[in-house]
Amino acid sequence: MCLAIPTRVVELLPDHQALVDLGGVRKAISLELVDGVVVGDYVILHVGYALTRLDPEEARQTLALMAEAGLLEQALGDAREGA
Amino acid sequence: MKYIDEFRDGELAKGIAAAIRREARPEQRYAFMEFCGGHTHAISRYGVADLLPPEVRMIHGPGCPVCVLPIGRIDQAIRLALDEGVTVCTYGDTLRVPASEGLSMLRARARGADIRMIYSAADALALAQREPDRQVVFFAIGFETTTPPTALVIRQAAALGLTNFSVLCCHVLTPSAITAILESPEVRELGTVPLDGFIGPAHVSTIIGSRPYAHFAEEYRKPVVIAGFEPLDVMQAIRMLVRQVNDGRAEIENEFTRAVTPDGNRKAQALVAEVFEVREEFEWRGLGTVPASALRLRPAYAQFDAELRFPVPYAAVPDHKACECGAILRGVKRPQDCKLFGTVCTPENPVGSCMVSSEGACAAHYTYGRYRDVAGGTASQA
Ligand code: SF4
Repeated sequence: MCLAIPTRVVELLPDHQALVDLGGVRKAISLELVDGVVVGDYVILHVGYALTRLDPEEARQTLALMAEAGLLEQALGDAREGA
Repeated sequence: MKYIDEFRDGELAKGIAAAIRREARPEQRYAFMEFCGGHTHAISRYGVADLLPPEVRMIHGPGCPVCVLPIGRIDQAIRLALDEGVTVCTYGDTLRVPASEGLSMLRARARGADIRMIYSAADALALAQREPDRQVVFFAIGFETTTPPTALVIRQAAALGLTNFSVLCCHVLTPSAITAILESPEVRELGTVPLDGFIGPAHVSTIIGSRPYAHFAEEYRKPVVIAGFEPLDVMQAIRMLVRQVNDGRAEIENEFTRAVTPDGNRKAQALVAEVFEVREEFEWRGLGTVPASALRLRPAYAQFDAELRFPVPYAAVPDHKACECGAILRGVKRPQDCKLFGTVCTPENPVGSCMVSSEGACAAHYTYGRYRDVAGGTASQA
């Protein structure tokens, strides 16, 4: 029930509704809880409502931080092998 | 799909797992509770526990909305449908939760109860609009993520002047449940549940923000890291918790910055505050009666409160004797500690609520974990 997924807004509809793209399937959702959404935005969808907008820049930074952990391990491994 | 697949990348996972193994101190024990059922599900499904070093232990928390609903609440919904003849609308997972007299909402349907599964609160409102001769009750459950949609439909029902729509409000509050865990004898006095930190909820936090957790860091000295629901999010959060423990810090950190801000969704918060007020107390499965832990409709919206409209008062009902859901929800026991697990109690035939929803600890463990245990716990370590 807690399932909530990031999804891209493809079209704004009247009455704070929008069409989103769910892996190729289009679905109408409600934007009543989030102001200022434009086409192309990603929102987090839960029980038919967008809960919030997703921040692409923050997503990129989080992934970079995650990748850093791996790179660091690699560097440590190389250092051990070289020693 | 974008913003999902990247956060399930196996290579990145290996890197984070290696970092956790390196940073976790062999002489230290780390016990972290993932509050949310969504995290429980991700941890089980992606075998996150297998990637962790033995010093790091994850404890399932009470954040599965269907699991924490006590039997008496399901009974109330069933009585509304059977005795009062109303149409009850509910989210799918609640349908199969065992209730009194061998019933569930699904089985009550076979006795003639008009109970309908809906995807969204708006569906319940639409039904009431479409069929004015029918009394429609929305059985509203869930934490802070499902509450704003319920508030919206109540406000819309008021604007439309609907007289055949009401809500059985069972919305519960995450911070109160965390407090109940921290104040429980097992954590405070007995020390049987060691707790060194929490993985904070993903989507609940998009609504309430990260601020409401500050109290747990300040008063209880427990670190909280808010994490997204994908496996990499959970692992990164575990790494951040390990670091906090190593540094002797107790802070609120946010791994899920792509969706969670300190303030949360203020529009949703204002809406919830307009329609709901805090109940003095509410009974939870497992946690017992917790003060100020749930919501009810404000007097201005009292006409949409199903508990006021229909004579079906709440009555507490004890859980099935052998079911350990209560202890599991408090982090005291694990699914495999229950005698009924996987034999009498399965997702097809659940005895307790934790076996119903995919976010329930028992269901997640049954679906993704039981063969791993049989294989000795290291089968999927790669
Ligand atoms: S396995 Fe079934 S009976 Fe046992 S604790 Fe879990 S839900 Fe309850």
